[in-house]
Amino acid sequence: MEFLNFLQYAFIQKAFLAGSCIALICSILGLFLVLRKMSLIGDGLSHVSFGAIALGLFLGLYPFYVAIPIVVLASFLILKIAEKTKVYGDAAIGIVSAIGISSGVILASLSNGFNVDLFSYLFGNILSISNTEVVLSIALSLIILITIYFFYWDLFSATFDEEYAKTTGIQISSINVILTALTAITVVLAVKMAGIMLVSALIIFPAVSALQISRGFRPAIFISATISLASVILGITLSFFADLPAGATIVILNTFFFILAITYKKITL
Amino acid sequence: MSEIIKVENLSFSYGQSEILKNISFVVEKGDFVGLAGPNGAGKTTLVKALLGLLSPTQGKIEFFERKHGVFSDWGKIGYLPQKNPTINPLFPATVSEIVSLGLLSQKKWPKRLTAADKKKTDAVLRQLDILHLEKKMFSELSGGQQQKTLLARSLASNPEILIFDEPSTALDPESRESFFSLMQHLNEKHQITIILITHDTSYIGRYANKLLYLDKELIYFGNFSTFCQSDKMKSYFGKYEQHIICHQHN
Repeated sequence: MEFLNFLQYAFIQKAFLAGSCIALICSILGLFLVLRKMSLIGDGLSHVSFGAIALGLFLGLYPFYVAIPIVVLASFLILKIAEKTKVYGDAAIGIVSAIGISSGVILASLSNGFNVDLFSYLFGNILSISNTEVVLSIALSLIILITIYFFYWDLFSATFDEEYAKTTGIQISSINVILTALTAITVVLAVKMAGIMLVSALIIFPAVSALQISRGFRPAIFISATISLASVILGITLSFFADLPAGATIVILNTFFFILAITYKKITL
Repeated sequence: MSEIIKVENLSFSYGQSEILKNISFVVEKGDFVGLAGPNGAGKTTLVKALLGLLSPTQGKIEFFERKHGVFSDWGKIGYLPQKNPTINPLFPATVSEIVSLGLLSQKKWPKRLTAADKKKTDAVLRQLDILHLEKKMFSELSGGQQQKTLLARSLASNPEILIFDEPSTALDPESRESFFSLMQHLNEKHQITIILITHDTSYIGRYANKLLYLDKELIYFGNFSTFCQSDKMKSYFGKYEQHIICHQHN
């Protein structure tokens, strides 16, 4: 069991701890987002986080502290554009996403030297996570899980049948605001793990894999969380021993589980 | 008889297109109202306005003498939609979970379902003879079984009013017969007020005691005996349709 010695490293312990929290919230939120056909909001908001992190670096502030409120506001902007104008939700995501990327590129060109820092966020690196980021990941993940727990049936009802949910007094607009705000926070946290380019994979893959094989919504949550946690734990371990980028390794493992789920479904159902 | 739904001068427009014009009627406790009219007459729009899914351009709606906006006891109203395009076909929900959604209108936040709620959902499933399906996935059910599941959802909160939008379209003739018999039972034995949209005028005539005929404006609202004897309605509908409705009612 000598290979387990790597667990003694503080940076590995931090990566496992924060990575597990992020994996958990991505997998549960992902189910609601995928089923509500909102999964690409994760991709759009990760692009916004590029601009927001650039702004943080430009102003010399801690990037996450700037990114979280900006990305949450951007998520509300997506909802407002889709609600108040004749623009479909996917186009609204595209608009806000483009604003995020272009702002980031302009700020990077105006800066004198933070380009290296900024581009490290493109692919993330969970192995270099700081103590502050670990604490932030645990605290925000707890808040997100508690919120999902309290709104579970509202989210369930609105996701299964939005029109009927309205007739039982559920405010769909409030549910959408809660869901997108939670997604925005999750995306910012997950950028550290998978990077801006791959963050949406953490939200989409475990959910779509679970939906292939689950029989019931609670089993789907359990399977999605298990796949997500397994991908993160195995991904970090593999990246340490094989000297691979952690984020990309986690996504490839998620792909493997997705193929496994499809194959299992084809054989058994 | 107490007034439980009151609609006054209700109008609704989509942009320039007027869908409902100055509709007024009162539904009393225990009524079984058949809501009929040609395609595009505004039947579904009227039901959606009643349920608060659409805001009327003008006019007011009251449930149990409380205005929309003030009325909040949505558990008293059960709703079974038309073959529902808003239902997510990929959602991995079991029959039991879906029926329990009907109880959410009675819950205060944070909404939790208890063992007592499980008993209520089981009782409704038993009443509709689909308890054996409780663990089945909704997406794996036949059209008729799906419709019964959604009916069970609308009955779970023990509603005083049931509103149905073309409920029998997915049902085979046998299931349709038992569905309408169940409606009649709920209406007569449990005094549940029913509003039912249907194109099937023969069924309206057999089961409903009142007819609300809509064609953007209110053409007729009242009981069948008056409708069947009315020369005005005879000239509006032509002999044939009125004959079908009245024949089945007699």
